[in-house]
Amino acid sequence: MGAVTTGLFTVGEPIRDTKAPAGPVQDRWEARRFGAKLINPANRRKLSIIVVGTGLAGASAAATLGEAGYQVTSFCYQDSARRAHSIAAQGGINAAKNYRNDGDSVRRLFYDTVKGGDYRSRESNVYRLAEVSSAIIDQCVAQGVPFARDYGGLLDTRSFGGVQVSRTFYARGQTGQQLLLGAYQALERQAAAGTVEVNTRHEMLDLIVIDGKARGVVVRDMVTGTLETHLADAVVLASGGYGNVYHLSTNAMGCNTTAIWRAHRRGAFFANPCFTQIHPTCIPASGEHQSKLTLMSESLRNDGRIWVPATAGDTRNPRDIPETERDYYLERAYPSFGNLVPRDVASRAAKNQCDAGRGVGPGGRGVYLDLGDAIARLGRSSIEEKYGNLLDMYQKITDEDPYQVPMRIYPAVHYTMGGLWVDYDLASSIPGLFVIGEANFSDHGANRLGASALMQGLADGYFILPNTIGDYLAKTQPSGVVDESHPEVVATMEEVRERINTLLSINGERTVDSFHKELGAIVWEYCGMERNAEGLVHAVALIRALREEFWSNLKVTGSNEELNQSLERAGRVADFFGLAELMCIDALHRGESCGSHFRTESQTGDGEALRDDDAFAYVAAWEFDGENAPPRLHREHLDYEFVELTQRSYK
Amino acid sequence: MKITLRIWRQHNVHSPGSMVSYDVDGISADMSFLEMLDVLNERLTITGEDPVAFDHDCREGICGMCSLAIDGVAHGPEGLTTTCQLYMRHFSDGDTIDVEPWHAESFPVVRDLIVDRSALDRIIQAGGYISAPTGAAPEASATLVRKDAADRAFDAATCIGCGACVAACPNGSAMLFTGAKATHLGALPQGQPERGSRALAMVAAHDAEGFGGCTQIGECTAVCPVGIPLDMISRLNADVLSALGDPGL
Repeated sequence: MGAVTTGLFTVGEPIRDTKAPAGPVQDRWEARRFGAKLINPANRRKLSIIVVGTGLAGASAAATLGEAGYQVTSFCYQDSARRAHSIAAQGGINAAKNYRNDGDSVRRLFYDTVKGGDYRSRESNVYRLAEVSSAIIDQCVAQGVPFARDYGGLLDTRSFGGVQVSRTFYARGQTGQQLLLGAYQALERQAAAGTVEVNTRHEMLDLIVIDGKARGVVVRDMVTGTLETHLADAVVLASGGYGNVYHLSTNAMGCNTTAIWRAHRRGAFFANPCFTQIHPTCIPASGEHQSKLTLMSESLRNDGRIWVPATAGDTRNPRDIPETERDYYLERAYPSFGNLVPRDVASRAAKNQCDAGRGVGPGGRGVYLDLGDAIARLGRSSIEEKYGNLLDMYQKITDEDPYQVPMRIYPAVHYTMGGLWVDYDLASSIPGLFVIGEANFSDHGANRLGASALMQGLADGYFILPNTIGDYLAKTQPSGVVDESHPEVVATMEEVRERINTLLSINGERTVDSFHKELGAIVWEYCGMERNAEGLVHAVALIRALREEFWSNLKVTGSNEELNQSLERAGRVADFFGLAELMCIDALHRGESCGSHFRTESQTGDGEALRDDDAFAYVAAWEFDGENAPPRLHREHLDYEFVELTQRSYK
Repeated sequence: MKITLRIWRQHNVHSPGSMVSYDVDGISADMSFLEMLDVLNERLTITGEDPVAFDHDCREGICGMCSLAIDGVAHGPEGLTTTCQLYMRHFSDGDTIDVEPWHAESFPVVRDLIVDRSALDRIIQAGGYISAPTGAAPEASATLVRKDAADRAFDAATCIGCGACVAACPNGSAMLFTGAKATHLGALPQGQPERGSRALAMVAAHDAEGFGGCTQIGECTAVCPVGIPLDMISRLNADVLSALGDPGL
């Protein structure tokens, strides 16, 4: 290890989360809430908060903070807050309500999540997430979110990968859409009430730090190109994940890393950047022109059986392949979880089948997800009821009828568990900068269970941040009046202007997208489903060379003072370069396999991920040390008092 | 495939626009319509021309960001489809395709194929929500919802807010969008207290934004990518009428 990592990073002081109370895990959130200072409603009016992003976390936080009486300013890059990518989440949202009497409880949701994350998340955070999960369902139902109901009028649930209980609440295959519309409507209600100012088509390009505290942002009005500074007493980033570093992913095209990457460069630690979840059930790519990948909810694994032809190179029509010549490899290898193994296990298993030549479809990069048995058992209408819109979408994209022919699926980049480091209060290492939802690193560990992303986004936004940010604001006296003329504000604005001018003046010969594709291919190849030391070192060199070419051979047409989509993408891809390098360094230094991070050097005899708790039971939080300096690693040791660290097994 | 595109180019809201022709070849049937535009834009960029600005994001048919009137039809020739889910296999080699922004008084052109749809957000601000402060909401199972009501609410709630209904309507009306929201919230027990006031407020905001009235032509439902039915407008009208006669409002 020492030899390959030399010079790529330095090691700083260990860090720790100082806000989580000690004591019984079930009492910690209550203790923290009681210990937090309050601000009376009359004084909240004098305090201002910026919220970047309007997905589940951002919209719910902005609405709740506005309702509480703070002056809130919200930003999103889309033309409406309703279009944040949370809208695309399909399957469901977990909550420990135990409506099914199947042994579920807060404790079990906590346990499943810690285990699912392969013991790389904090017990305190995860317990709190499980604890508030039920209140999320109550809140959303009160807002009119049309969750699925049974004939008695009660809420229906279903089960998801990695668990053995039925705790996932859903709204057909559009749960994210319905939850987001609930939060969006709450946000627009506050906009009408004048407590939240919603700014659409605005992109955050930098963070303003004054006297060591986050005090504002620089944003670009994407219609006019005007650069604006907005100042506040605290800044909340809810800007989502960075999976588009891979170019092809299930993320919306606009999802990017700029907000958190710029904050990282201003001093916010970036935690576990290499933890990227690869989702097992996506529609395979059809060709070179592919611009993004489409996810099929893994809820399909409840009724769909996954298989490949038992013999490599069998190109018969799948319906002509008899049962005895099919390999239901998940049911065979993991009898107790079967097709519902967690995402990392299912993804790697699919890749292994394809690598062994048993893949189906173009390039052999696909496996079958077969609803045939379920349709025969339950009837077509029952399957339509549960998954109709997903199957319609599949048919539109592939021109194949999933009611007649098994669907083809392949893993794709989906969710990033890494993100800005935050403490129990969701505060980053820059005072006054809070980070929520997918943008932070907390709660999921090295792998995320299905239906937990929506839960975390709404837990952070509705219930956790609104309780913790007040403590910061109550204890921090605003450090004097800051206005646009403050030297730090002017300097930050100038740096942003400079970066835009540079991008526009290179006048080279390659488009932004060509660089993005090439960068994505490097990260996918060397820092994707499987990584090894040699490949990661090679990737760092490739990324650096490509970045050099980017800054000398990029072509961006037009000017800043207009709606300029090439310029928008250029700024985002520029930031993906820095992030891609940090991801590879993080993946390289973590010489164990855990969750979504599979190092070929660290596996059990039968090819499962082999963790090394003695060496790596910590969060890797990276500090930016300067443009050409190696990043500095700060370790946050993880203690497990309530869950025993065991090797995960789904067999 | 080789396609000729005639695309509306307009630099900004203040400048005049016109149709401009582009030949694009090397199109595969498995490309989406937007991927085909990506190919055109890469080529334009290399030759130093400004690429065509168009709105898009999730490319999964759910965010509602994509638009485009294709050969005069909102979201193109396929039924129940957003533009991002429209594939080139539905066109033929040698076709000439007209691509234009949504045309509607209340949706000013921002650039090329992009329009400003923020008027729809303002209709929601006027009352398109259930007032439920964050906090100790009642236990979710305490409110029973009949399955048909839940399904009806869900069908209405699937509206993606893309604005195709407005673009297709000869009156430039957003009543299908507004009716869907009124039906979604009005079908649920939680939505009853504000049902009348919501309908009145949203319709007032709708009219104030310059959207036209509904004359039941049905073009909106013909192009709606998620199949919102026309009777949701009737539902809204019924709510407005009963609210007008409600002495409490």
